[in-house]
Amino acid sequence: MVLMVAALILAPAVGAQVFETTPKSEAVPVGNAQNGKRIFTAYGCYQCHGYEGQGAAAAGPRIALPSLALPEFAAYVRQPAGQMPPYTKKVVADSEMADIYAFLQSRPKPPLAKDIPLLND
Amino acid sequence: MPESEKLSVDRRNFLRMAATGAAALVTSAQEGRAEKSGSPGPETPPEMPKDVEILTTDRPGSDFMVDVLKSLGLEYICSNPGSSFRGLHESVVNYGGNKNPEFITCCHEESSVAMAHGYAKIEGKPLGVFAHGTVGLQHAAMAIYNAFCDRVPVYLILGNTLDAEMRRPGAEWYHSVQDAAAMVRDYVKWDDTPISLPHFAESAMRAYKIAMTPPMLPVVLVADSELQERPIPEGVRLRIPKLVLAAPPQGDSGAVAEAARLLVAAENPVLIADRVARTPAGMKYLVELAEALQAPVIDEGGRMNFPTRHPLNHSDRRGALITSADLILGLELGDFWGAVNSMRDQLHRTWRPITKQGVKLISITAADLYTRSNYQDFQRFPEVDLAIAADAEATLPSLIEAVKRLINADRKRAFQDRGTKLAAARQQSMERTRTEATYGWDAGPVSTARLAAEVWPHIKDKDWSLVSGTLSGWPRRLWIFDKHYQHIGGSGGVGVGYGSPAAVGAALANRKYGRLSVNFQNDGDLMYAPGVLWTAAHHRVPLLNIMFNNRAYHQEVMHLQRMSSRHNRGITTAYIGTTIEDPNIDYAKLAQSMGWHAEGPITDPKDLAPAIRRSVELVLRGEPALIDVVTQPR
Ligand code: HEC
Repeated sequence: MVLMVAALILAPAVGAQVFETTPKSEAVPVGNAQNGKRIFTAYGCYQCHGYEGQGAAAAGPRIALPSLALPEFAAYVRQPAGQMPPYTKKVVADSEMADIYAFLQSRPKPPLAKDIPLLND
Repeated sequence: MPESEKLSVDRRNFLRMAATGAAALVTSAQEGRAEKSGSPGPETPPEMPKDVEILTTDRPGSDFMVDVLKSLGLEYICSNPGSSFRGLHESVVNYGGNKNPEFITCCHEESSVAMAHGYAKIEGKPLGVFAHGTVGLQHAAMAIYNAFCDRVPVYLILGNTLDAEMRRPGAEWYHSVQDAAAMVRDYVKWDDTPISLPHFAESAMRAYKIAMTPPMLPVVLVADSELQERPIPEGVRLRIPKLVLAAPPQGDSGAVAEAARLLVAAENPVLIADRVARTPAGMKYLVELAEALQAPVIDEGGRMNFPTRHPLNHSDRRGALITSADLILGLELGDFWGAVNSMRDQLHRTWRPITKQGVKLISITAADLYTRSNYQDFQRFPEVDLAIAADAEATLPSLIEAVKRLINADRKRAFQDRGTKLAAARQQSMERTRTEATYGWDAGPVSTARLAAEVWPHIKDKDWSLVSGTLSGWPRRLWIFDKHYQHIGGSGGVGVGYGSPAAVGAALANRKYGRLSVNFQNDGDLMYAPGVLWTAAHHRVPLLNIMFNNRAYHQEVMHLQRMSSRHNRGITTAYIGTTIEDPNIDYAKLAQSMGWHAEGPITDPKDLAPAIRRSVELVLRGEPALIDVVTQPR
């Protein structure tokens, strides 16, 4: 039940309307995915978004294969509209943000639900 | 009613036994004591020489106490042994034959109470817990608070020695207290310290009745050690009072009619259910109400309120539903304010309603009948339009009837349209859930969605019961729950350490029905009092424990991260004081050391299926089995 309560708090607070139509930026700086993987864990992003950025009910949405372009992605992390804790430039440098972004971009596509027998019971 | 039948049988048994030859010895033993305390004792029986000290009795007070407990139908006593209730303990075992109640050996009083908590939610009635009035109750306190918050009856009997002159020096003084129940009085519904056996019998009945009247809550009875150990005084008229449980409080008929009128008139009503289904009937009624109205249900999961795959189960669509509702009916909703408001946990806490203007809020809850001051389990004050102070399950039949009376042909058509749209939306949300489950599907550590999906095929054709553990909500999102005992809700007070003992208690209740009990066991929770694993093995309680092992008190990891982010520093240190690593705990070895079959740690999801198959087979044969699965954090 604790989880459910948390989910409720999150649901309306997500600033989805702000971002969902934002187009992918053309000029994405190339980050270092390997370093991104390391700091995704070290800086605690994994805690709410999962080690793979796959998301977790009631903790944080899926951010692997980000739908936001890097500037919008970074803007959200710096100044979240909802429950997410803010990460300012003081603690996550712009270059590190790009690394995280590159890591999330490098995640494999998940299989389709219809191809997983366990999800079709 | 079976209780009272049983009771009169047991009363007869007791009276018959009390009338046998034991009475003489009781009298002698009584005299031995009476001399010491200077009060005149009854005459010594002629066959006993005057100068021989009487050292035995066939009828200690605790035997009568056991008769009383038997009359209540307590199946088990969960307890760590303790000297302040050694008389009762011995009477349960020898006089009572260690059956109804049977003594279940526990390793921590918190486990005893949480076992009672889990048991009661399956069985619909309490088992007994014995504990020292001092050190035992201190251990038990958190679990009592959880049961209190979760509206669950727990029947505690505390040992204590009130008479200072009778206390042995040393431990017995440390273990004595003037007012034992004082420590937990803020979060039990009733307590008493009877000073005679008839008083004990009467208070035992009263305590049971109070605990079982909604809102159901824990009660405490203090069994004085002298009362337990002294021979039953001759001439005392001992009887067990007749016990009839109170019918649960139903909603006021006018208020119920008004609620029905509002529900039928609403265009977008939403039903939110939390601790509604005390019994299987509660689930049946909620289905009937939802179907009559074709209204969506959000099941908060405090109990098994609503079948998970029902087209009107919209628990996964809460945001969309609550923001567009014109009427919300909260049924035994623990936190109505929280359901209709959003609070932001940032440097400056802010909140706002998430409902639309003009929404009507109706609550039906027995919590309105009983609110205490000190502990704040009542949550923020909800500004409802109609509050019905009553037990929701007991009120639903009259509400359903009132609703059905008001549905004319027009409304019926409108409801059918609504139902069609809701069924389609439910279907779509199920597809979204399945897609979400694919994210991180092959990840190691194992994703919680994958773990839930891997377990399902091994249990779905069995008579299973998920006795604890939410696993981030995945089982209830993916599995088909349609029986009341398949889900029993959570801890109530969010006091960590509930999960493992509650699972064992619920599995104990499930055992006689031959059900396969399954528990997703959080690692941090198990480490509070892992001795309950031994209790399960010792008492042959079949249970499948699957570790949800994220190697942390993960909620606290996230809190620490939030604090360091907020303070603009040290964002790499959230693990300090919050994680359970270095060394990693080997839960398989831990469980094996206490007589369990155990496997793991498993980090690759491909290794899950064979381990689950092996363990399910063993559990079906009556053994406890544990699989340590290292998981994603949530
Ligand atoms: C304590 C939990 C928590 C932590 C730690 C956290 N997030 Fe989040 N994050 C959230 C939540 C919750 C949301 C959903 C929106 C909200 O409520 O703010 C979110 C949203 C986001 C979004 C916006 C997603 C979208 O599609 O709108 C991005 C991007 C993001 N997080 C990136 C990160 C990164 C990168 C880190 C680590 C530097 C991080 N998060 C750490 C909880 C967290």
